[in-house]
Amino acid sequence: MTREDIRAAILNIITDIAPDEDLSKLKGDLRLREQIELDSMDFLDIVMELRKRYSVEVPEADYVKLASLDSSVDYLEPLLKNK
Amino acid sequence: MKLSSHFTASRIVITGIGLTAPNGNNLASFRQSLLTKKSGVRNFTTRYMGEVLAGVCDFDELKYQKKKELRRGTRAGSVAIYCANEALADNGLNFPAVDKSRVGVYVGVTEHGNVETENEIANIKEYNYDVKFWSHHHNPRTVANNPAGEVTLNLGITGPHYTLGAACAAGNIGFIHGVQMLRLNEVDLALCGGVSESIHTFGIFASFKSQGALATHPDPAKASRPFDLDRNGIVVSEGGCIYTLERLEDAQARGARIYGEIAGYAVNSDASDFVLPNPERQAQCMIAALRHAGITPADIDIINTHATATKLGDIQECLAIRNVFGDHKNVHINNTKSFIGHAMGAAGALELTGNLPAFDDHIVHPTINVEHLDPDCALRNLVLNEPKAIDRVDYILNNSSGMLGINSVVVVKRFKA
Repeated sequence: MTREDIRAAILNIITDIAPDEDLSKLKGDLRLREQIELDSMDFLDIVMELRKRYSVEVPEADYVKLASLDSSVDYLEPLLKNK
Repeated sequence: MKLSSHFTASRIVITGIGLTAPNGNNLASFRQSLLTKKSGVRNFTTRYMGEVLAGVCDFDELKYQKKKELRRGTRAGSVAIYCANEALADNGLNFPAVDKSRVGVYVGVTEHGNVETENEIANIKEYNYDVKFWSHHHNPRTVANNPAGEVTLNLGITGPHYTLGAACAAGNIGFIHGVQMLRLNEVDLALCGGVSESIHTFGIFASFKSQGALATHPDPAKASRPFDLDRNGIVVSEGGCIYTLERLEDAQARGARIYGEIAGYAVNSDASDFVLPNPERQAQCMIAALRHAGITPADIDIINTHATATKLGDIQECLAIRNVFGDHKNVHINNTKSFIGHAMGAAGALELTGNLPAFDDHIVHPTINVEHLDPDCALRNLVLNEPKAIDRVDYILNNSSGMLGINSVVVVKRFKA
């Protein structure tokens, strides 16, 4: 997957997890939780969906790397490059 | 122990009603369906079993919830949230100004958690039963207080909340508990009643089928037929009914509309069988409720029966009614499950509510689908197939019973200041 593919994949997951939110103005470098309503259970949903859709395991120590869209793409790029 | 005068004196009244039934999403449409013989039973597809018959509700889930709340919560939670909000809207209180720490939420349920557990098992089946795919939402969805807790989250209520598990007697017991908590001065407003999400668990259908107690019929509208010789079992339904109950003085102080006053109630246990009803205990429960209300059997105008369209259950309840009420000409008897099926934890509350408008219109809604009345159920003044106008309605008695032998009876009277 390219960086653009990964960004789109993350946005698809967030669309399902936060269906009431307008994601069109989401800024990549800001923390997701500062821009939309996401709590710890939602982050666990993101982790679960990455597991289900892309067989990616995100260890708890790395959850912090999913804080923003940009940091998520950086973190996931090596894990998804062959997907 | 000496009870306080407040405990003994409080008169409790119904000041708001929110409901969803398979044939109506508010009291007006529900009542209209009961007077025009409109069933809410339809074909329904359930996991592993395919097509079954069920009472299915079509209320607007997004009226009071965001999509994310729906995704995170349960169907029982959604039913409870819809009914609680509708009851508050009907009640006319300025709810934002109410002290939320003095509001209690008491919701009767037959069961809770089966739906969510079955969903998770189906989910991990897709991943070869690897439990790392089991949802972190499972526990908050399946804790027994879930439907009541979702109401408090939705409405910002900080008073007590819990469910009351009481099989199919639960709707009445949620209601009774609200009365008790108001009389104990634990709360000033009770949101209480019962809910059911049971049609979303295949297990309840499969278990009734294995028991030989699941209704089948080529015409869904005719499948639920209590008291009829051709009945063949229960139609499982979802639904909910939540009341706002208040102490009379509070309701009068703000000029609230009053649907009726709680006259009496009783709850008892059969202590005789896991599933079979016990007419002696049912009769004792009705007598206890009448005593609690300070009235005699002849004072009751409408008995709304629990009968679920199982042969033994119907006959046993009729035996109990006959033993308590004899052949009294003023007592009229009907059944709501013939329209909506068995709404489980919501049954008692929905069935009582469908009769409350009779205080004003003096009409007893019928029991439909009785083409060949079982002679063992031939009670005097059983209102069959057509609504019946009577002179006046002062007292309505609702019966509910459930597995493990639990009976609950509520008596509501016409409000007189």
